Amino acid sequence: MSDYALFIDYKYCTNCHVCEVTCRTEHNIPLDEWGIKVAEMGPVKLNGKWMWNYVPVPSDLCDFCADRRERGEDPTCVHHCLAQCIEVIPVDQITERMKLAGKTATVFIP
Amino acid sequence: MSELRTDCEDGTFKIRTCAWSPPGDHPVGCGMFLTVKDGKVVHVEGDASHPITNGRLCVRCLTLPEYIYHEDRILTPLYRDPADRGKDAWKPISWDEALDIIEERVNYIKANYGAEAIVAFQGTGREATLYKTPLAYAALGTPNSCFPMSGDSCYGPRASVADFLLGAGYPELDYAAYFPDRYDDPRYEVPKYIILWGKDPLFSNPDGFFGHSLIDLMKRGSKFITIDPRLTWLGTRADYHLQLRPGTDSALGLGLLNVIISEDLYDHEFVENWCFGFEELAERAAEYPLEKVEKITWVPKETIQAAARAFATSHPSSIMWGLAIDTSANGVQAGHCVLALAAITGNLDVPGGITLSKPASFMGKWRYECAQQLPPGMLEKQISDPRYKGFLAAHVIAHPDRILDTLETEEPYPLKMAWFYSSNLIANTAAAQPKRWFSALRRLEFNVCQDIFMTPTAMGLCDLFLPVSSFAEHDGIVLPHFGRNTHMVASMNKAVTVGDCRSDLEIDFLVGKRLNPKAWPWETISDFFTAQIEPQLGITFPQLQEMSLMQQKFEYRKYEKGLLRNDGEQGFNTPTGLVELKSSLYEDWGEDPLPYYEEPSYSFISRPEEADMYPLVFTMGGRVTTSFHSEHRQIPSLRAITPDAIVQIHPDTAAKYGIEEGDWVRIENSLGYAVEKAHLSPIVDPRVVHGTHGWWYPEQDGEEPNLYGVWQSSVNSLVPHAKNGKMGFGAPYKCVNCKIVKVESLQG
Repeated sequence: MSDYALFIDYKYCTNCHVCEVTCRTEHNIPLDEWGIKVAEMGPVKLNGKWMWNYVPVPSDLCDFCADRRERGEDPTCVHHCLAQCIEVIPVDQITERMKLAGKTATVFIP
Repeated sequence: MSELRTDCEDGTFKIRTCAWSPPGDHPVGCGMFLTVKDGKVVHVEGDASHPITNGRLCVRCLTLPEYIYHEDRILTPLYRDPADRGKDAWKPISWDEALDIIEERVNYIKANYGAEAIVAFQGTGREATLYKTPLAYAALGTPNSCFPMSGDSCYGPRASVADFLLGAGYPELDYAAYFPDRYDDPRYEVPKYIILWGKDPLFSNPDGFFGHSLIDLMKRGSKFITIDPRLTWLGTRADYHLQLRPGTDSALGLGLLNVIISEDLYDHEFVENWCFGFEELAERAAEYPLEKVEKITWVPKETIQAAARAFATSHPSSIMWGLAIDTSANGVQAGHCVLALAAITGNLDVPGGITLSKPASFMGKWRYECAQQLPPGMLEKQISDPRYKGFLAAHVIAHPDRILDTLETEEPYPLKMAWFYSSNLIANTAAAQPKRWFSALRRLEFNVCQDIFMTPTAMGLCDLFLPVSSFAEHDGIVLPHFGRNTHMVASMNKAVTVGDCRSDLEIDFLVGKRLNPKAWPWETISDFFTAQIEPQLGITFPQLQEMSLMQQKFEYRKYEKGLLRNDGEQGFNTPTGLVELKSSLYEDWGEDPLPYYEEPSYSFISRPEEADMYPLVFTMGGRVTTSFHSEHRQIPSLRAITPDAIVQIHPDTAAKYGIEEGDWVRIENSLGYAVEKAHLSPIVDPRVVHGTHGWWYPEQDGEEPNLYGVWQSSVNSLVPHAKNGKMGFGAPYKCVNCKIVKVESLQG
């Protein structure tokens, strides 16, 4: 297991598709495969309140941008995300960050 | 800040640049590095040191290599015999040959009909916004420079209303864009509420505003009030979402004003010292009780009241007004309400409120001076409408609806030649009634276009095609807000050469130096930019290129400091020196000096005889991240995300008409029709459908009659011609009646 995780605070994810596209160009992934893909929940009214969430989901093709990380750069989805809602964090901070972010956060450990 | 050029060990190099166009976008100036290998851009990486975008880039820049090196791109000037319009019978020619043709044709038209027989059209947003009018005035010598959108319904109305009522440049949400430390600058405050009115900036990046700055502010605690016929994603995160009937914005504005004034929630100090006509505005607002406003707008009165209270009692707060204000014949009044709300709540030019610009508009001086290049008496021949005194007071361009009338009637004189400056005008973004425009323009003797790809407009109408370079292929300047309220000036830096293409400004130079050299005295593009920026910024263009960008100085509360008026006095640059809640100009122009509501001309109320036939409201124009208006349809990565033109329909409405997800739907009214693919969604009211604009199909047959399928999703054919407001502004692009019918195919 990696020492680092992708921490995704998805209440801010606007479905800008940047993670999908920049991952594709960085890793030469064809159009019918995905290194990361944005899932949609809603829009739907639940208990009188609108829910409309997008959640980026990395796939098995995600190598955490090993080449970029070797050069000291962030993964390309982290670097380019318009909402800046994807971060690289050390795994031992996951619990604390999840608590702070509330229920609309998720992590991916490559 | 990094270097302009960085050479890497493997022989590649990186050029740092800030984007404008093409590919299209408004002048946001997003910062990036272009990696060049063997003369080609192979990688695009966001520049983390850029103070606004911080390394972030949208999918249109990330896919730039697909755009630059697309096999369909036009890489050399093309000529086609006018007899072959509509046929793919183009022949490559050199720039010299192209200029010879232009010179011969322009001189012929000038000698036989006068230079006024030439009309120059521009598209929206791209660099053309700066450089088309100079081409018309200072190169071609015609006064007929035109943005072919009915009622000039994009930006012009809002900018004009701001001029009339505030005497200040384009008012913008304060997002600390002027400050190098941005949100951490000690002068800055985070807005408590941000009203997003007819605007979804996340994907429109309007006028140079970096849309996702709203997410930055959301993280810092800003709350939202959204006013939109659709529940937007931001609307689901807003404290109040006011889902109004399309085109009823001014009624809603008057309702909000009514609450704030009648409940005494306004800023007395600001109103007493800096506003004109408050009593009269209060009387007018009182004519709009919330019961009446709810009936007009469909927004529950409790929601209007709660939103008004939250906004007025939370200081500072801000408002962003969008294209929906322009795209209505009643939009001048809606804009009036927006500015009045901002003023009476004390949010003008304060930290975290709405920034105002100094009166001088950056590079505007040159653009206006170009009008002086016209021979004496020529400007008086401009096609306009004497009834539209407000339009004439604000603009130095021809009135778009009168241009179509002139094309059709040859009154007051025949037009003979058109120049399409980055404008695919029949492709359902700008022109209303595009088939009428197409037929009328087809009769002209000679038409030129400058663009990146072959478009339906070029294929159907043009004789000469001048290929434009992308922003990766030329030097240039980016001016957010087109030079008004411009927080930074940034440079575009050439990284590569592709084919034999030129930037818009380089084309101006080529044509200008050939036809009217005295107006184009600069040796190089760089000399020209230095002449433009040095007086204001004190640096040359090469110095700006080294710096990448320069944020401009900013002062809050300029009205207290004598920084808004040309005479250096305190106050606003209006006739009364105050914010004009009641206009002191409008009555002379035949307009009510106070805001009022007027029913859209193609609604079920205005046209009760059509209410059964066309029971739904058609609105359109919501943006997607994968295209800029009619651009990007041929970019594989982007088309894969947005393959079709989508019409959003409420599930209940869809069920009523037997429409299921993914069905083709014909949207139709008495004026025209469009076919788009159904997406069932609760984000629209059951009485409203939302279509997407700017669709044509590069993969289809380009020749006539198909013209890349441009008439298939022709949403603009549902919009009437010349239904403008009393001052000549606005047209009902987003509020016409319609019906929907399931059909078998896109051709249905």
